Amino acid sequence: MPNEKDQQNLPLEDDRRIKTLSPGTLTARRFFRNRLAVAGLVILTMMFLFSFVGGALIPYGQEQVFYRQELQQKAFAGVSVNEAFRFHPAPGQTIDPVLQAQMLLALQRKQESLSYQNTRYTLGQTGTDFYEISVGDSLIGFACKDIFYGQVMGNAFHYRVLKAYANGQTSVGEYRLQDGGVYRGDQQLGQISRLIVQARAEGVQISQSFRRQVADAIENDKKTFTYEEKGKSRTFTLSYEPTGKLWSVKEETLTRVWDAYASPSRAHPLGTDKNGMDMLTRLMYGGRVSLVIGFLVVLISGTIGMVLGGVAGYFGGWVDNLIMRVVDVFYCVPSTPVLIILGAAMDALRVEPQKRMLLLMLILGLLGWPGIARLLRGQILSLREQEFMTATESSGLRVSRRIFRHLLPNVIPQLIVVCTMSLGSTILTEATLSFLGLGVKFPFASWGNIMNDVSNAHVLTSYWFVWLPAGICLVLAVLGFNFVGDGLRDAFDPKMKR
Amino acid sequence: MGKYILKRLGISVGILLVVMFIIYALLRSLPASYVETMAIQLSQAPGAKPYDVWVTQLNEQYGLNVGLVQGYFVQLKNLLTGNFGDSWKFAVPVTQKFSQVIGISFVMGAIALVLEILIAVPLGILAASKQYSRRDYAITAGALIGISLPTFFFATVLKLVFSVKLGWFDLFGLVGRDYPNLSPWGKFWDMAAHLVLPIITLVVVSVGSLMRHTRTNMLEVLQADYIRTARAKGLRNRRVILNHAFRNTLIPLVTIIGGSLPGLFAGALITETLFAIPGIGYTSYQAMVAGDIPFSMFYLTFLAALTLLGNLLSDILYAVVDPRVRLG
Repeated sequence: MPNEKDQQNLPLEDDRRIKTLSPGTLTARRFFRNRLAVAGLVILTMMFLFSFVGGALIPYGQEQVFYRQELQQKAFAGVSVNEAFRFHPAPGQTIDPVLQAQMLLALQRKQESLSYQNTRYTLGQTGTDFYEISVGDSLIGFACKDIFYGQVMGNAFHYRVLKAYANGQTSVGEYRLQDGGVYRGDQQLGQISRLIVQARAEGVQISQSFRRQVADAIENDKKTFTYEEKGKSRTFTLSYEPTGKLWSVKEETLTRVWDAYASPSRAHPLGTDKNGMDMLTRLMYGGRVSLVIGFLVVLISGTIGMVLGGVAGYFGGWVDNLIMRVVDVFYCVPSTPVLIILGAAMDALRVEPQKRMLLLMLILGLLGWPGIARLLRGQILSLREQEFMTATESSGLRVSRRIFRHLLPNVIPQLIVVCTMSLGSTILTEATLSFLGLGVKFPFASWGNIMNDVSNAHVLTSYWFVWLPAGICLVLAVLGFNFVGDGLRDAFDPKMKR
Repeated sequence: MGKYILKRLGISVGILLVVMFIIYALLRSLPASYVETMAIQLSQAPGAKPYDVWVTQLNEQYGLNVGLVQGYFVQLKNLLTGNFGDSWKFAVPVTQKFSQVIGISFVMGAIALVLEILIAVPLGILAASKQYSRRDYAITAGALIGISLPTFFFATVLKLVFSVKLGWFDLFGLVGRDYPNLSPWGKFWDMAAHLVLPIITLVVVSVGSLMRHTRTNMLEVLQADYIRTARAKGLRNRRVILNHAFRNTLIPLVTIIGGSLPGLFAGALITETLFAIPGIGYTSYQAMVAGDIPFSMFYLTFLAALTLLGNLLSDILYAVVDPRVRLG
């Protein structure tokens, strides 16, 4: 190729001054002059890099689950105030439930005595909410609302201590009472309180000191308190529930949970999905699945379409008739409903996700070929009648050579255009099926099934990063194929002037 | 022409029979999940017959105990006598359910089609009348974006913007919560409001292909000799485009639009499902996922017939509109 300077030195009529461009170069020029087509090409390159290179570069795996430590409030204990009298029969005596109920009635009516089964019981108040129960002169028990927690010391001890407490005394015999605590010398024997502390969590036993801590916290109206146990300090929060008239004691514990729906951060640029998997990684792997499915499906339907369309167009006659009727039949089979039915059937059969993906490709391929076959047949039918084909026939070329060297190259442009366009629509179909939960299944990601989560209204409103990027990727990829296909169609058209 | 139509009808019926057989075979060879689920439920009732007995009985009841070919002919005979069977999922005759839900689908489809034509044809002509202008690029890109939009994604974005953020429309359904208490006009507006988003979705997703068709045809027409003549006569550009070119683009447009008329009854499966509009699309989606063979069979056959009818209609229209075309 002479350079520009040489060209100018050549005489005007020299052939070398005329640039001759091959049809391929012309086509390429027309293609690259189309701004939309170039935009499409750029988009597609980016999508491929994103899915295939990005997926290889990103440090996470497609099924890698991330966890986070979460502070969870777990119910530890419930605290309520004892409002009912408790009956303490003296040794050797019993106070049966019916009698207890009768006595409670009597106490409510402020009666001092009652008869039950021919016996007369007297209830003598000897302290605040403290009643002695006697028959004649002998004491058979007592009833009070305070409760003693501590060492088992026997009924007589309970009687003395509780009575002293109910009367507000600070000592009784050798025992000392201070703030509800019962001491003998310096040793604490137990605690008197109206609070009932019940364990809520499994395997928890309420200790004396814990009870005291709770009582202290409630008395001082504290929201939180710490409790030392075996050298460990645990923090509890206290909250009053008016409906049940009780306080609940909750402990904050660190729990390991799936890091679901984490907002975008440095570690996860697009956050995480409902299973705690990295969204960006899923998106890249999803792109692989969507693009690979698209290509394989178009490969299948393109091959079938080319062979059958070519055969029908070239041979004509009854072969053509037969193939075209088959095409008609396939054209009529409604593809979306059939895909939905097959998807539901695979759900029912519990087909493995991997096998399912292969089947999906086969089905999509088998449903896609009639359009391609019809287009090619039409093209070949018209090309066959043209002079250059008559020339190949008259120059005695073999049939295979005529078809493959002279006929097919002329339909390749149309084939490329229709395949590019159907790549886009195949990716759309696959995504729609996956979105409905009938296509590619978890654990595999596809742009459609990533968006599937949006049927959860909470995800739709609050977690845009779960579904919006997948949708945008999908639109961009399909748009890229459509732009390129459209550009190729214009570029291949020899009638186009530019 | 009458002869041609008769011949085409004959071929169509033949194709339809084959398609029906394929559909029937497909539905029959599926795991009869519906019958099995029902048999499990029935056999769990206290004192009920065992599962196997129920399966046999149900298969017999639903005509699933005969061979594929025999079953097909039984089905065919039923169809020809107007007996479409009862839907398993909805427990009413298929035709009854169909007539309940077809109306709303048709209304939706018709409004969407009218809007599509009103948008696509003028824009397509605008784009073609000045090829490679900025306007042309914008319109072509817009059409391609519409084609590339996945229905479910676009519908979701619409829902987020108009239902969640702005609160103008409900997320799902055909009628609002207090529909029964509304006046007749209130009922009408309530339904209309619920149809806005689905119709926007339908229009945006499918307007692109009609727009591209219009543009391509217009470009072709604009290269014709009579257009050059018209321009050479010194006619104003407006007159050339509207009177000379547009009328000739109408030929392929009328055939395309005419061919899509039967499709109005097909319903919009995905859109209706996304918005839970109780039309034929959503209803049959439920039926298909539940393995309801009679309803699915009816719907698929109906769709196949509509496709055939559409093709036939567009071919006939082609001959009617374009006097140069003779059918035969």
